Amino acid sequence: MEYFIQQLINGLTLGSIYGLVAIGYTMVYGIIGMINFAHGDIFMLGGFAALIVFLIVTTFFAGIPVALILLIMIVVGMLVTGLWNWTIERIAYRPLRGSFRLAPLITAIGMSIVLSNFIQVTQGPRNKPIPPLVTDVYHLGGLTISLKQILIVVITSVLLFAFWYIVNRTPLGRAQRATEQDRKMAALLGVDVDKTISITFIMGAALAAVAGAMYLMYYGVASFNDGFIPGVKAFTAAVLGGIGSLPGAVLGGLLIGLIESLWSAYFSIAYKDVATFAILAFVLIFKPTGILGRPEVEKV
Amino acid sequence: MAGEPLLKVQGVETYYGNIRALAGVDISVDKGEIVSLIGANGAGKSTLMMTICGSPQARVGSVIFDGEDITRLPTHLIARKRIAQSPEGRRIFPRMTVFENLQMGAGLDNLKFFNEDVEKIFTLFPRLKERQSQRGGTLSGGEQQMLSIGRALMARPKLLLLDEPSLGLAPLIVKGIFAAIKKLNQEEGLTVFLVEQNAFAALKLSDRAYVMVNGKVTMSGSGKELLANPEVRAAYLEGGRH
Repeated sequence: MEYFIQQLINGLTLGSIYGLVAIGYTMVYGIIGMINFAHGDIFMLGGFAALIVFLIVTTFFAGIPVALILLIMIVVGMLVTGLWNWTIERIAYRPLRGSFRLAPLITAIGMSIVLSNFIQVTQGPRNKPIPPLVTDVYHLGGLTISLKQILIVVITSVLLFAFWYIVNRTPLGRAQRATEQDRKMAALLGVDVDKTISITFIMGAALAAVAGAMYLMYYGVASFNDGFIPGVKAFTAAVLGGIGSLPGAVLGGLLIGLIESLWSAYFSIAYKDVATFAILAFVLIFKPTGILGRPEVEKV
Repeated sequence: MAGEPLLKVQGVETYYGNIRALAGVDISVDKGEIVSLIGANGAGKSTLMMTICGSPQARVGSVIFDGEDITRLPTHLIARKRIAQSPEGRRIFPRMTVFENLQMGAGLDNLKFFNEDVEKIFTLFPRLKERQSQRGGTLSGGEQQMLSIGRALMARPKLLLLDEPSLGLAPLIVKGIFAAIKKLNQEEGLTVFLVEQNAFAALKLSDRAYVMVNGKVTMSGSGKELLANPEVRAAYLEGGRH
């Protein structure tokens, strides 16, 4: 039983990270109807930004408290990924907005390849380790909970709340939802649609950056390839939860995290990715709208 | 009326691809007027409404609003000049509540006058008050129409564009909506430009009217004149919907 609960805790941690990345997929899909396949690499970029910041800060400003280091890692990561995602939307996606549906999708895959190769060339193909940042561990009975797990879950919860608030309670969020539901009408009401879409890309990237920094902190390594497997898992989470649905992205992230942990614990760790991607296949075949997604055709 | 008209459409041609939907349209609307545009399906009435709002933009000609050329402005900046439209098909945000739809209308002023204005809308259309926390997509056609007009009014428009406010509605509701438009015009001096297929009601309501055929304005005059005009009667009134 303790073993099971331990796996639940591990799964919840991992799922939080997937959930944060999944939100970026689902928001962009919601607002312009395309899968931003470069989003996984944005997550990877966030990890690398955090890594470089970590190295700079610990080299030049030794003795800074860990909390401050983490904060700087996250903030710089958000700026870098936000700028990157804004740029690719501006130069690679926006010109194709009136084009056929497949065009931006292919471009997104191109952007993904560009970014992962860029990092591979400039940062090297090997895994980049960092020394453990947060090492405290608590024992509760037979359970082990590390401070970094608590941090991940707490930071994720805070971000999700902030995010939920922005989308549901602020003029910006209303403009985003209006743009999602009827772009032309939103413009008729004075909403700057292009700007709203840009902000959406920046917000998604910022969440992915936090996820990237936490992933780095959790596993202690960053690889140029992280945009692929964890990125596609986050995409799976978005599809499982129902692409376009924000609560769905979080739910899907948690489920994927749990499934991965439990599968690794009780079956075979080598096949954990197979398990996740089998879910993607099953969802797409039997319930393409996901758990909380709405059908494509809505009667109005 | 002295001075420049509030809205002046000059020689406007609009294309969808290579198809010319508007073939040189001239129209003007003075401040404080109700002007209507009548015509058959496919005449280009809705295209003209959307062209005024820059979506699509006119390929030839110009749209002057309040002395300023807005032909090439993007749609959202035209909206910020206080031209509000209740467009064809109403275009309610289906997954937002009635209240949020109205908030969207008041976005130009960052909701500064929201509380004050929303009360006016609720007085005008009490049904919307009852339905305020319901999602837009669940409203009936008439309620959606009220919401669409209400949302446009929330922008405190200088010019209100109404595209077929009577479409698909029960006669009693049409009457209510037209009475509301008249009241806003008389009490607040609101300028209204409306497109209608329900020519009889529109002409009765309007100070002036234009008749559009195949992307061109073929006739214009006061509402009374056109009501009495035999050609208009034959084409749009007799045998038509009253």
